[in-house]
Amino acid sequence: MEALKYIIKRIIQTIPLLIVVSLISFFIIRLSPVDPLAELKLNPSISPVTVEKERQRLGLDKPIIVQYGKWAYSFVRGDLGITSNGERVSQKLKERIPNTLLLTSIVILLTWLVGVPLGIIAAVNWKTPFDRILTVLTSIGMAIPSFFFAVLLLLFAVKTGWFPIGGLTSPNFADMSFGGKFLDIAYHLVLPVFVLFTISLAGLQRQMRGNMLDVLDSDYVKFARAKGLSEFSVVYKHALRNALNPMITLLGFEFAGLLSGAALTEYVFQYPGLGRLILEAVLKSDINLVMASLMMGAVMLILGNLIADILLIITDPRIRVKS
Amino acid sequence: MIKEVLQKLWKDKFARAALIVLALIYLALFFADFIAPYTKDFSDRTMAYVPPSKVFTIDETGKLSKPYTYNYVREFDPVNLEIKYSLDRTQKHYIKFFSKGQPYKFLGLIPMKRHLFTTDQAGRIYLLGTDINGRDVFSRLLFGGRISMTIGFLALFVLFPIGLLYGGISGYFGGKVDALMMRFAEAVMSIPSFYLLIILASILPSGMTSTQRFLLIVIILALIGWAGFARVVRGMVLSIKSQEYVQAARSIGASRMRIITKHILPQTTSFVIVAMTLSIPSYILSESGLSFLGLGIQQPDASWGNMLKEAQEFTNILYRPWLLTPGFLIFVSVLAFNVIGDTIRDVLDPKSRER
Repeated sequence: MEALKYIIKRIIQTIPLLIVVSLISFFIIRLSPVDPLAELKLNPSISPVTVEKERQRLGLDKPIIVQYGKWAYSFVRGDLGITSNGERVSQKLKERIPNTLLLTSIVILLTWLVGVPLGIIAAVNWKTPFDRILTVLTSIGMAIPSFFFAVLLLLFAVKTGWFPIGGLTSPNFADMSFGGKFLDIAYHLVLPVFVLFTISLAGLQRQMRGNMLDVLDSDYVKFARAKGLSEFSVVYKHALRNALNPMITLLGFEFAGLLSGAALTEYVFQYPGLGRLILEAVLKSDINLVMASLMMGAVMLILGNLIADILLIITDPRIRVKS
Repeated sequence: MIKEVLQKLWKDKFARAALIVLALIYLALFFADFIAPYTKDFSDRTMAYVPPSKVFTIDETGKLSKPYTYNYVREFDPVNLEIKYSLDRTQKHYIKFFSKGQPYKFLGLIPMKRHLFTTDQAGRIYLLGTDINGRDVFSRLLFGGRISMTIGFLALFVLFPIGLLYGGISGYFGGKVDALMMRFAEAVMSIPSFYLLIILASILPSGMTSTQRFLLIVIILALIGWAGFARVVRGMVLSIKSQEYVQAARSIGASRMRIITKHILPQTTSFVIVAMTLSIPSYILSESGLSFLGLGIQQPDASWGNMLKEAQEFTNILYRPWLLTPGFLIFVSVLAFNVIGDTIRDVLDPKSRER
């Protein structure tokens, strides 16, 4: 019950956060000297009536506070306006967000499956050659610029022909069976996932190693050892649980880092995700699209943190007591 | 304390290697005008995408000779429809050291003409080939490095005072001020940083000089990072402010700003140094990513990121691999900074000292 109360409180806390985020994004974009309707006006396939409707909807003739109010009102109602091509922004986001979520969730899953065990092994074998080699490898992983790594992998794909050169689906995707579709997407995901995996694995492994080292140094672990427990049960029963808690907090941050890293990777691999969408929108100064994808990015990040916090309540009883 | 840290860094063999690598890179960047055979803007349009010059030290008779190079000539192959480069073996161009070449201003002040190495007037020496405009990649690497390797430091010098003061005020005042300031910082952190970065960069007006653009990008980079830093500072200030000496300062009647800036913030120095060395690489990476997308440093200025922009085309990465060199330099310098950062953290972290 206590936990539930805390979770509800935590969810309510995100509302003011979202409002401030939307204020910040709104004013940053309004700072720009670009006329938000310029692209629409230039597009001959869009009628002046539609442009006028957009002007009304955005309230561009009114003071900026009113504009914000109008924007926020229609945002809450799910009306995000139209892109400079005349498509609905909400439609565009619906296509792109699942792709980015797919990419990032696979990467997070893989990094946890590999990074956490590697961190534990490195900490248990602290200062052995194995640990040293892992430290060197993670240093290298952290230092490669994601876009450069992506470019190198593309080069590899072009030279060997083993992997598709970007995109998420093959041209004949629509004709495939369900299994074929699944395999096709998986095939296209290999390289982008590999780039993001390499880069985020390094950070995660280090964090886990550090946490584990801290915990192994603590008094209760010494006590467990003194009691004569087997090394296995000391490490995996007592130390691991406590070392994992800070990692869950980190999950939210990892998600944030991945969203940013994914933007460049998506760009290089021509992957139809949110990061590339916002980049295209920025380059075309498509204000509605920029604004909406920025908000969506923030919403995803806040939700990520929220999930991490809720997981933490479940795994760490101390927080429940404190709240 | 800094002396002790430096000594420990020097003792660690990885950190020492990293320090030497960085020292060499920065030295080369400092003397870029002298080391580079060409100026930043020198371009020979007939020499676009020329492969790296071959330097010979043994001549055709098999004797040892002064180093020389041949120029490349461009030919169009009408059968395969491609442009080929072959060596023009009719004329040798000897490489001259410390001789006069293109005029430049050393550090923008002292007019000079001598370069580390050049060839004669008709010869061209391109150690790492040329780009689409026939500009020497090696020279541009040096000039571009000046931007890429300093932009992170500059951003940190903008960001740290802001973050320190913000976190200091928030932590010291506490209560409603703290809650309000921290909610704002959290909101900034809730926007995916790279999204914010490209949006801020894209609203920069286009008609700016390259210096203005450079400074604004520094400020944008700083705007991205201050919030996370301020939060950590606030946490430290919260624990420092209850100490006796702070109460003593308060009872003497020191103003709140004085207590924050003179008594509390100096206590965070060691954290600040660690945070600085640890975050430099991320700024180098951010700048290069931004320029790679064409939103950062613009042509004709060079930065490692915008030089890599050409690597976005398959034909370039397949047939002109020398255009990828900036990527390796980014990698090496970020790696060196990371190694140093890790070692400093180990040295300053009392826990790791015990182990």
